[in-house]
Amino acid sequence: MKLGILVNEGPYTHQASDTAYHFVKAALAKGHEVFRVFFYHDGVNNATRLTVPPQDERNIVKRWSELAAQHKLDLVVCIAAAQRRGIMDAAEAKRHGKDAHNIAPGFRISGLGQLIEAGIQADRLVVFGD
Amino acid sequence: MEEAHGVIKKFLYVNRKAPYGSIYALESLEVVLIGAAFEQEVSLAFVGDGVYQLAKGQDTKGLAMKNFSPTFRALEDYDVTRLYVEEEALQARGLTAADLVVPVELVSAPRMAEIMEGHDVILSF
Repeated sequence: MKLGILVNEGPYTHQASDTAYHFVKAALAKGHEVFRVFFYHDGVNNATRLTVPPQDERNIVKRWSELAAQHKLDLVVCIAAAQRRGIMDAAEAKRHGKDAHNIAPGFRISGLGQLIEAGIQADRLVVFGD
Repeated sequence: MEEAHGVIKKFLYVNRKAPYGSIYALESLEVVLIGAAFEQEVSLAFVGDGVYQLAKGQDTKGLAMKNFSPTFRALEDYDVTRLYVEEEALQARGLTAADLVVPVELVSAPRMAEIMEGHDVILSF
Protein backbone atom coordinates (compact mmCIF):
# COMPACT_ATOMS: atom_id res chain seq x y z
CA MET A 1 0.00 0.00 0.00
CA LYS A 2 1.11 3.52 -0.75
CA LEU A 3 0.91 5.71 2.36
CA GLY A 4 0.93 9.43 2.97
CA ILE A 5 1.74 10.65 6.47
CA LEU A 6 0.83 13.92 8.15
CA VAL A 7 2.55 14.93 11.39
CA ASN A 8 0.82 17.82 13.15
CA GLU A 9 2.66 18.09 16.46
CA GLY A 10 6.14 19.02 17.60
CA PRO A 11 8.70 16.60 19.02
CA TYR A 12 8.84 15.69 22.74
CA THR A 13 5.75 17.66 23.81
CA HIS A 14 3.43 15.25 22.05
CA GLN A 15 3.53 11.61 20.97
CA ALA A 16 2.43 12.31 17.38
CA SER A 17 5.95 12.43 15.93
CA ASP A 18 7.05 9.31 17.81
CA THR A 19 3.98 7.36 16.76
CA ALA A 20 4.32 8.50 13.16
CA TYR A 21 7.99 7.48 13.16
CA HIS A 22 7.27 4.00 14.48
CA PHE A 23 4.32 3.63 12.11
CA VAL A 24 6.45 4.61 9.10
CA LYS A 25 9.27 2.29 10.16
CA ALA A 26 6.88 -0.62 10.63
CA ALA A 27 5.12 0.08 7.34
CA LEU A 28 8.42 0.14 5.44
CA ALA A 29 9.51 -3.09 7.15
CA LYS A 30 6.29 -4.71 5.90
CA GLY A 31 7.08 -3.62 2.35
CA HIS A 32 4.66 -0.70 2.10
CA GLU A 33 5.59 2.44 0.24
CA VAL A 34 5.66 5.80 2.01
CA PHE A 35 4.94 8.43 -0.62
CA ARG A 36 5.65 11.39 1.63
CA VAL A 37 5.76 12.53 5.26
CA PHE A 38 4.35 16.05 5.57
CA PHE A 39 4.98 18.18 8.65
CA TYR A 40 2.39 20.79 9.53
CA HIS A 41 1.36 23.00 12.48
CA ASP A 42 3.97 22.55 15.25
CA GLY A 43 5.02 19.40 13.40
CA VAL A 44 7.47 21.61 11.48
CA ASN A 45 9.56 21.71 14.68
CA ASN A 46 10.56 18.13 13.92
CA ALA A 47 12.82 19.58 11.23
CA THR A 48 15.27 21.70 13.21
CA ARG A 49 18.78 20.28 13.34
CA LEU A 50 19.52 22.48 16.39
CA THR A 51 17.76 20.22 18.88
CA VAL A 52 20.11 18.83 21.52
CA PRO A 53 18.16 16.36 23.65
CA PRO A 54 19.91 14.81 26.69
CA GLN A 55 22.19 11.95 25.63
CA ASP A 56 20.07 9.27 27.26
CA GLU A 57 16.98 10.43 25.35
CA ARG A 58 15.88 9.57 21.84
CA ASN A 59 16.87 12.14 19.21
CA ILE A 60 13.61 12.56 17.30
CA VAL A 61 14.95 14.87 14.60
CA LYS A 62 18.04 12.78 13.92
CA ARG A 63 15.89 9.66 13.81
CA TRP A 64 13.75 11.15 11.01
CA SER A 65 16.87 12.27 9.10
CA GLU A 66 18.38 8.78 9.36
CA LEU A 67 15.18 7.06 8.28
CA ALA A 68 14.94 9.44 5.32
CA ALA A 69 18.51 8.62 4.27
CA GLN A 70 17.95 4.87 4.60
CA HIS A 71 14.71 4.73 2.67
CA LYS A 72 14.88 7.84 0.47
CA LEU A 73 11.85 9.20 2.32
CA ASP A 74 10.40 12.51 1.19
CA LEU A 75 10.13 14.61 4.37
CA VAL A 76 8.35 17.86 3.56
CA VAL A 77 7.90 20.82 5.90
CA CYS A 78 5.08 23.28 5.19
CA ILE A 79 6.61 26.61 4.23
CA ALA A 80 3.94 28.84 5.78
CA ALA A 81 3.90 26.92 9.06
CA ALA A 82 7.73 26.84 9.06
CA GLN A 83 8.02 30.59 8.55
CA ARG A 84 5.74 31.27 11.52
CA ARG A 85 7.85 29.05 13.74
CA GLY A 86 11.35 29.90 12.55
CA ILE A 87 12.24 26.79 10.58
CA MET A 88 14.46 27.88 7.67
CA ASP A 89 16.61 26.42 4.97
CA ALA A 90 19.48 28.41 3.46
CA ALA A 91 17.37 29.84 0.64
CA GLU A 92 14.53 30.90 2.96
CA ALA A 93 16.96 32.48 5.44
CA LYS A 94 18.54 34.47 2.64
CA ARG A 95 15.18 35.53 1.24
CA HIS A 96 14.02 36.83 4.62
CA GLY A 97 17.34 38.38 5.59
CA LYS A 98 17.89 36.01 8.52
CA ASP A 99 21.38 35.29 9.86
CA ALA A 100 20.89 31.54 10.26
CA HIS A 101 19.06 28.49 9.05
CA ASN A 102 18.29 25.28 10.84
CA ILE A 103 16.69 22.65 8.63
CA ALA A 104 17.87 19.12 9.35
CA PRO A 105 19.26 16.79 6.65
CA GLY A 106 16.62 14.90 4.70
CA PHE A 107 13.91 17.53 5.17
CA ARG A 108 12.81 20.01 2.51
CA ILE A 109 10.57 23.05 2.72
CA SER A 110 7.66 23.29 0.31
CA GLY A 111 4.04 24.31 -0.01
CA LEU A 112 0.76 22.86 1.21
CA GLY A 113 0.14 21.56 -2.30
CA GLN A 114 2.53 18.76 -1.37
CA LEU A 115 0.09 17.66 1.32
CA ILE A 116 -2.85 17.69 -1.07
CA GLU A 117 -0.79 15.78 -3.61
CA ALA A 118 0.02 13.17 -0.95
CA GLY A 119 -3.72 12.84 -0.32
CA ILE A 120 -4.35 12.31 -4.01
CA GLN A 121 -1.43 9.95 -4.69
CA ALA A 122 -1.49 7.80 -1.58
CA ASP A 123 -3.93 4.96 -0.99
CA ARG A 124 -4.24 6.17 2.61
CA LEU A 125 -3.32 9.44 4.24
CA VAL A 126 -2.67 8.87 7.92
CA VAL A 127 -2.82 11.88 10.26
CA PHE A 128 -0.84 11.98 13.51
CA GLY A 129 -1.88 14.83 15.76
CA ASP A 130 -3.81 16.08 18.72
CA MET B 1 2.90 21.77 -8.66
CA GLU B 2 2.55 18.14 -9.59
CA GLU B 3 -0.89 16.70 -9.84
CA ALA B 4 -2.21 13.23 -10.39
CA HIS B 5 -3.83 13.31 -13.80
CA GLY B 6 -7.55 12.84 -13.74
CA VAL B 7 -7.77 11.53 -10.19
CA ILE B 8 -10.58 13.14 -8.26
CA LYS B 9 -10.85 12.21 -4.64
CA LYS B 10 -13.29 13.25 -1.96
CA PHE B 11 -11.49 15.33 0.66
CA LEU B 12 -13.07 16.02 4.03
CA TYR B 13 -11.55 18.58 6.37
CA VAL B 14 -12.67 17.89 9.92
CA ASN B 15 -12.49 20.92 12.18
CA ARG B 16 -12.53 20.03 15.86
CA LYS B 17 -11.08 23.03 17.65
CA ALA B 18 -12.27 26.49 18.66
CA PRO B 19 -10.84 29.23 16.41
CA TYR B 20 -8.32 31.25 18.44
CA GLY B 21 -7.10 29.21 21.40
CA SER B 22 -4.84 27.23 19.07
CA ILE B 23 -3.70 27.61 15.48
CA TYR B 24 -5.37 24.47 14.10
CA ALA B 25 -8.47 26.24 12.77
CA LEU B 26 -6.57 28.95 10.90
CA GLU B 27 -4.01 26.57 9.43
CA SER B 28 -6.78 24.13 8.47
CA LEU B 29 -8.43 26.89 6.49
CA GLU B 30 -5.10 27.56 4.76
CA VAL B 31 -5.01 23.94 3.59
CA VAL B 32 -8.60 24.20 2.34
CA LEU B 33 -7.78 27.29 0.29
CA ILE B 34 -4.63 25.79 -1.24
CA GLY B 35 -6.37 22.46 -1.78
CA ALA B 36 -9.18 24.14 -3.70
CA ALA B 37 -6.78 24.69 -6.60
CA PHE B 38 -6.40 20.93 -7.08
CA GLU B 39 -9.86 20.32 -8.47
CA GLN B 40 -10.78 17.69 -5.93
CA GLU B 41 -14.16 17.24 -4.29
CA VAL B 42 -13.92 19.17 -1.06
CA SER B 43 -16.18 19.19 1.99
CA LEU B 44 -15.78 20.60 5.47
CA ALA B 45 -17.04 19.12 8.71
CA PHE B 46 -17.35 20.91 12.03
CA VAL B 47 -17.58 18.81 15.16
CA GLY B 48 -17.14 19.49 18.88
CA ASP B 49 -15.65 22.91 19.63
CA GLY B 50 -14.98 23.25 15.89
CA VAL B 51 -18.50 24.64 15.50
CA TYR B 52 -17.32 27.84 17.22
CA GLN B 53 -15.23 28.59 14.11
CA LEU B 54 -18.47 29.43 12.28
CA ALA B 55 -20.10 31.51 15.01
CA LYS B 56 -21.29 34.97 14.02
CA GLY B 57 -20.05 38.09 15.74
CA GLN B 58 -16.44 37.10 16.38
CA ASP B 59 -14.44 40.04 17.67
CA THR B 60 -10.71 39.42 17.93
CA LYS B 61 -9.51 42.99 18.40
CA GLY B 62 -8.46 42.39 21.98
CA LEU B 63 -6.48 39.30 20.95
CA ALA B 64 -4.30 40.99 18.32
CA MET B 65 -5.34 38.17 16.01
CA LYS B 66 -7.08 38.31 12.67
CA ASN B 67 -10.75 37.40 12.65
CA PHE B 68 -10.75 34.80 9.88
CA SER B 69 -14.42 33.86 10.08
CA PRO B 70 -15.29 36.00 6.96
CA THR B 71 -13.09 33.60 4.95
CA PHE B 72 -15.73 30.90 5.40
CA ARG B 73 -18.11 33.10 3.42
CA ALA B 74 -15.57 33.25 0.58
CA LEU B 75 -15.31 29.46 0.29
CA GLU B 76 -18.17 29.46 -2.20
CA ASP B 77 -15.87 31.26 -4.67
CA TYR B 78 -13.52 28.29 -4.35
CA ASP B 79 -16.35 25.84 -5.13
CA VAL B 80 -16.33 24.65 -1.54
CA THR B 81 -20.02 24.52 -0.74
CA ARG B 82 -20.53 21.42 1.39
CA LEU B 83 -20.23 22.34 5.04
CA TYR B 84 -21.48 19.76 7.50
CA VAL B 85 -22.06 20.73 11.11
CA GLU B 86 -22.63 18.22 13.90
CA GLU B 87 -26.04 19.08 15.26
CA GLU B 88 -25.38 17.74 18.77
CA ALA B 89 -22.21 19.84 19.07
CA LEU B 90 -24.11 22.96 18.08
CA GLN B 91 -26.94 22.28 20.52
CA ALA B 92 -24.59 21.48 23.38
CA ARG B 93 -23.06 24.93 22.94
CA GLY B 94 -26.38 26.75 22.82
CA LEU B 95 -26.07 27.59 19.13
CA THR B 96 -28.36 27.15 16.14
CA ALA B 97 -27.76 27.32 12.39
CA ALA B 98 -28.94 30.95 12.54
CA ASP B 99 -25.90 31.80 14.69
CA LEU B 100 -23.46 30.76 11.96
CA VAL B 101 -21.75 32.94 9.33
CA VAL B 102 -22.58 30.61 6.44
CA PRO B 103 -25.40 28.26 5.47
CA VAL B 104 -24.55 24.73 6.57
CA GLU B 105 -26.04 21.28 6.56
CA LEU B 106 -26.84 20.12 10.07
CA VAL B 107 -26.17 16.42 10.54
CA SER B 108 -26.44 14.08 13.51
CA ALA B 109 -23.28 12.52 14.93
CA PRO B 110 -24.12 9.07 13.45
CA ARG B 111 -24.76 10.70 10.07
CA MET B 112 -21.41 12.49 10.38
CA ALA B 113 -19.76 9.10 10.80
CA GLU B 114 -21.41 7.97 7.55
CA ILE B 115 -20.23 11.12 5.79
CA MET B 116 -16.67 10.44 6.93
CA GLU B 117 -16.99 6.87 5.71
CA GLY B 118 -17.92 8.22 2.30
CA HIS B 119 -14.72 10.24 1.86
CA ASP B 120 -11.33 9.17 0.49
CA VAL B 121 -9.07 11.58 2.36
CA ILE B 122 -9.85 12.89 5.83
CA LEU B 123 -7.72 15.65 7.27
CA SER B 124 -8.57 16.35 10.89
CA PHE B 125 -7.50 19.51 12.60
